[in-house]
Amino acid sequence: MSLSLAKRCCEAPLTRRVLQFKMFRRRIQSCNLSYTVWRHRWMKKLPVVTSSSRRMSSHQDKDTVDLSKFPVDRIRNFCIIAHIDHGKSTLADRLLEITGAIAKTEKNKQVLDKLQVERERGITVKAQTASLFYSHQGEQHLLNLIDTPGHVDFSYEVSRSISACQGVLLIIDANQGIQAQTVANFYLAFEAQLTIIPVVNKIDLKNADPERVESQIEKVFDIPREECIRISAKLGTNVEKVLQAVVERIPPPVASTEDPFKALVFDSNFDHYRGVVANIAVFGGRVRKGDKIVSAHLGKTYEVNELGLLRPDEHPTQKLFAGQVGYIIAGMKDVKEAQIGDTLYLQEQPVEALPGFKPAKAMVFAGMYPMDQSEYPGLRSAIERLTLNDSSVTVQRDSSLALGAGWRLGFLGLLHMEVFNQRLEQEYNASVIVTAPTVPYKAVLSSAKLIKEHGSEEITIVNPAQFPERSVVSEYLEPMVLGTILAPDNYTGKIMSLCLNRRAVQKNMVYIDDQRVMMKYLFPLNEIVVDFYDLLKSLSSGYASFDYENAGYQAADLIKMDILLNGRPVEELTTVVHRQRAYSTGKAMCERLKDSIPRQMFEIAVQAAIGSKVIARETIKAYRKNVLAKCYGGDITRKMKLLKKQAEGKKKMRRIGNVEVPKDAFISVLKRKEK
Amino acid sequence: MIKLTCRAAGRVLCPGLRCFSGGEVTEHASGWIQSPHLTEQASLYVHWPYCLRRCSYCNFNKYIPKKNNDHIMTKCLQWETDTLLQLSQVSCITSVFFGGGTPSLTHPSTIAAILETLSKRVSLSDEAEITLEVNPTPAGMSKLDDFVRAGVNRFSIGVQSLQDEDLKSLGRDHSSQEALKTIEEARRLCPGRVSVDIMFGRPKQTVESWEKELSELLRICDDHVSLYQLTLERGTQLFKQVQCGEVTVPAEDVTAEMYQCARKTLQQHGFLQYEVSNFARHNSVSHHNVSYWRGKQYIGVGPGAHGRFVPLGEGGVFREARTQTLEPDVWIREVQQRGHGTRRRIQLSHLELLQEVLVMGMRKTRGISHKHWELFSPEMGLCEIFGASMDVQELVQSGQLILDDRGLCCSWDGLALLDSILPTLLVELERQILQKPHRDHSVFTDGQTKKTSNPQ
Repeated sequence: MSLSLAKRCCEAPLTRRVLQFKMFRRRIQSCNLSYTVWRHRWMKKLPVVTSSSRRMSSHQDKDTVDLSKFPVDRIRNFCIIAHIDHGKSTLADRLLEITGAIAKTEKNKQVLDKLQVERERGITVKAQTASLFYSHQGEQHLLNLIDTPGHVDFSYEVSRSISACQGVLLIIDANQGIQAQTVANFYLAFEAQLTIIPVVNKIDLKNADPERVESQIEKVFDIPREECIRISAKLGTNVEKVLQAVVERIPPPVASTEDPFKALVFDSNFDHYRGVVANIAVFGGRVRKGDKIVSAHLGKTYEVNELGLLRPDEHPTQKLFAGQVGYIIAGMKDVKEAQIGDTLYLQEQPVEALPGFKPAKAMVFAGMYPMDQSEYPGLRSAIERLTLNDSSVTVQRDSSLALGAGWRLGFLGLLHMEVFNQRLEQEYNASVIVTAPTVPYKAVLSSAKLIKEHGSEEITIVNPAQFPERSVVSEYLEPMVLGTILAPDNYTGKIMSLCLNRRAVQKNMVYIDDQRVMMKYLFPLNEIVVDFYDLLKSLSSGYASFDYENAGYQAADLIKMDILLNGRPVEELTTVVHRQRAYSTGKAMCERLKDSIPRQMFEIAVQAAIGSKVIARETIKAYRKNVLAKCYGGDITRKMKLLKKQAEGKKKMRRIGNVEVPKDAFISVLKRKEK
Repeated sequence: MIKLTCRAAGRVLCPGLRCFSGGEVTEHASGWIQSPHLTEQASLYVHWPYCLRRCSYCNFNKYIPKKNNDHIMTKCLQWETDTLLQLSQVSCITSVFFGGGTPSLTHPSTIAAILETLSKRVSLSDEAEITLEVNPTPAGMSKLDDFVRAGVNRFSIGVQSLQDEDLKSLGRDHSSQEALKTIEEARRLCPGRVSVDIMFGRPKQTVESWEKELSELLRICDDHVSLYQLTLERGTQLFKQVQCGEVTVPAEDVTAEMYQCARKTLQQHGFLQYEVSNFARHNSVSHHNVSYWRGKQYIGVGPGAHGRFVPLGEGGVFREARTQTLEPDVWIREVQQRGHGTRRRIQLSHLELLQEVLVMGMRKTRGISHKHWELFSPEMGLCEIFGASMDVQELVQSGQLILDDRGLCCSWDGLALLDSILPTLLVELERQILQKPHRDHSVFTDGQTKKTSNPQ
C-alpha cells in the first residue's frame, strides 16, 4: 500500500471517501494528483495518432512477431485485480490458453504464479506480464496482460502494474461477493481512472448468486449491473466475452511512435546470468537492440542487449514500439540501476522524465536473527538475494545482546512479511528467529538542542532504545490505517467489540446487500500487526475479510515500558506501547518470561514497569531441590553429558544481575506467536 | 623407572599439545598420567540383566528372559571379568557389586564362579565388600544364605515402599511383609551390612504418609538406608501415565519437603548422611559406592555395564570411559568371539577426568578434600581453580557452598541444590584448566626439544 497511487491522496481524500463513498465518483476527479492526471492524458490523447502509426509497419523486422504490425490502436494494456482466491490466476490461465500463449492442458494452473509461496498460498506476490495475440473482428490485437498481486500489502505492485494499463478486470467471486480487497483494489483502479470491467467469476458453483453480487457492485461501486460479465474461469464459460470487452471497452494507450523513445520501468527482476531484466511500458517512439539508452534517474548510459515480449516467457524481438509492454536487458548489474518508476530514453534524444513513483515505505518492522550465529553469513546472503527481487524490503543491520547479530527488516505489511519469511525458508532453506512486528512511531521534538541534533523537528522511531523521553517531546505520533471489513451481518457485534478493543474508531458502516455489512475503522497500525486478522477470522468463522490502507499519523499517548528481572531492566525487551495497552502487554510479556526462564536457586521477580512504577509482576519460585537421586558408576556418562550441556548453555546465557536468562526465553518473548 | 619418566614427559607434553591444538582436548587424549596408586586397584561391578517383570518406573538395562541361559551368562561374565582384569592390570579388587536387573535371580553358584575367577587373577581380601542387590521376594530370601556361602557379605535390598498398594502399582513383585522378612533374614546373615532402598515422591504420597513410612522402616532396618526420589524417566510406563494425566506425582515443593524431613529424621536416628541419597549408622557406608564418588577406577562387567579404568594391559596411559554392549544376546556373542563385549571406549582427557571427579565428589557431604583433589590435579589446587571466581564466591556467600582449609563441599542446603551448583563449578574448572597451558607454553617447546633430541 505504501506507495500506491491511492496513498498519494493521503488522509483528507481517504476520510472523505469513507464518509461519502457513494459520492466518490465525482469527488475523486478533483483530488487527482499530478502524475495520475498525466497518465490520464496519456491514455486518452491517442486516437489522433493511431491512424498515422498504422502505416509505420516495417518489413525489415525478422521477428516471428512483427510488432510494427500492431499500431497503438490495436494494443490494449490491462490487468486483473481481485480479492484472494476469487480466481484471478485461473482467469489468466484461460486467457493465455485461448490466445494460444500456452497450450491448453490440464496442468495449466496459475501459470503466472511462479513462486512456490504463490502456489501454496494461492496468492500472487510478484506481478507477471504476458502479451497475448487476439483476433477481434478480423484484426489482430496485442493484449498485454499484467498480472497483479491480490493483497494490498503488494499494492505497490498493483499500482506499478496499473501505471502501465488503461483498464482492469475486477474479478468478484459469485459466491463470496465483494470482499475487503475487492474494495481496496477497486479504489486503486478507480483513482487511476482506468476502465473497470467487472467480472463475476465462479458462476458454475452451486451456491453462486451472480445477481446478488451484481447488485453489490451496483451499490458499492456505482457500476451498472449490465456491465458485469458472468464467467466461470475454471470451465472457460464466457471467457471469450472478457477478451471482447477488453478490446471494446478499454481504450488503447496514448502514445506515438513518432515521438522520441520514452519508457517507464514498472518492474524489474534480477537474473544471475544476464543481470537486470526490466519490464517497461513504451510511452513513445521505439527502441531496438543495440540502441544506447539512458536512465533518467542515474544518468547512466546502457546498450540494449536484448528486448522483447513476455508471453509470459521472454520472447525476444528486434524492436518495441510505442504503446507496447515488454522487457529489456541492457547490461544493468544491480536492481538499483533499474529503479521502478525510472524513465528510459535514447542517448541522442533526451526527454523529460516521467513522474515516477515514490519508493515503497516500510510500515511493519521485524528483527531477523539466525538461529545460531554461525549461520549469519548464510542468512545474510539469502536476505541479499531475496531483496534483489523485492526492493520494497528495507534492510538494516541490527544486533541484540540476546540474539546476536541480525537485521531489522521493514515490510510493506504483514502478508508481505510472512511471504518474505516463507520465501526465505523455502527458497533459501534458512531458519530464522523473527521477532514480533513493530511499527514506526514518530516523535515531535520540543527541545531545540535535539531538533538541531536530528536535523528535524519530527523523528521516526523504529527501535525502542531510541525512544526520546516525554520531557523533550511535544507529542508522539503513531501510524494509522483505514481498515475495511466485510462480513455477514450476524458477526457485526463481535467485530465491533474486537475493533473497539483495538482502539479503533468506526468511520462508516454500510449494508452492501441485505446480509453483508461493510465497516470502515480507523485503526492504530500497531493494533492490527500481530494477531488482529487471525482473531477476526476466527470470530467470524472465516467469513470476514479485512484489508487496510495507510492513513497517516495521529497523536498518541505512547510510553516506554521496561521489563525488569529482580529489579534490573532487560534492554532488549524494552517496548514502546500505548498507555492503554501497557498493562495487558506487560502482563503477557511477564507471563511468557515466567514460562521460559528456568527456575534458579533464588526467587526471580519478573516485572513490567513504566518509569519507576511496576504495572505487572510474575514470580519464578526458587528451586528447593534439584539434585539427581541416583548417581553411581553407570549413571556418570549420562549425567556428565547433561551437566556439560548445562555448563555450555550457562556460558551462552545473558546475565541480568544475578539472573541467567537463556536465549530461548528471549526468543519466546520476542518472537511472533505461533499461529 | 620407565613409568616415571613417561609420566613426567606426559605432564610436560600434554598441556602443550592442548595449547597447540587450540583447546581441543579430547582429540589429543591429553589426559593426565595417573599416579600408580590410582591404577593399581579398581572396584568391580557385575551386571545381571534379567528381571522377572518390568517395574513401571524403571529405565535400567534389563530384559525379561525368554529362556533360561543362566549357564551361558555365567560363563560369559566369568570370561569378560578375566579379560578386563587382565586389560586393567590391577593387582587388587577393592569391592564387588552385583547389580541389575535382578541379580538375586541368579543361582548362587554364578556369584561363586565369578568371585573365583576374580581371585585367580587378582588379590581379593577377605574384608573386601561384596554386595548383592536383592529383590525381597520369598524366592530371593530363600537363597540368601547360599549367596553368603558363595562369598557375598553385604545385601542391598530393594524395599522401595512399605505400602502394598504402591508396590503393586509400581509393578514390584513383592509385598511389604515379604520385604520385612527378607530384611530380617539378611540382617541375621550379615549383621550391620544390610542396606535398604526406599523411594519417595511416589504417586499419591504425602509428607505425612512418608514420615510414617520412614519411621516404620527405621524400626526394622539395619545400618544403611538409601533413599531415592522417584524420577520420571522417558520411555517408562509411569512416565506415560503421568503424561496423560492418569497418575499424578507430588509437586516439587512436596518432594523437597519429603527429602528435607527424611534427612532430619534419619539424622535423629543416628544415621549420618554421607551422600545425596545415602545414610549410614556406625560407619556402615557402602565402600563400593564411595569409591565411585571418590573417582576411583572401576571395571564394569556384563551387558550395558560401565567402567572407568586405564587399560594398562594394552599400553594405555589414560583413563577410559567404557561401555559394554547392551543387549544380552549380542553381548554374549561378542564375549564368546572376543572375550569381552566392550562397545564404546572413550579416552578421558585430563579435563574430563577432573570434571567427573568434581561431579561425583560433590555428591558426598564431605565433598572433595584438598588432598584428594591433588591426587588427580597436582598442578592446580581447588583454591586456585575456584577461589577467585565471582560466581563461586556468590555461592559461598549465599551459604550453598563451603570452600575452606578442608576442601570444597556443599552446605546442608546446598546439597539439595547440587545440580544447580555444578554447572557453575564446571564452567570455572574448564576455564582454569584450559587457561593453564598458555602459562606453560615455554614448557611445551622444552618438551618438544627433549623428545626429539632424546630418541633413545
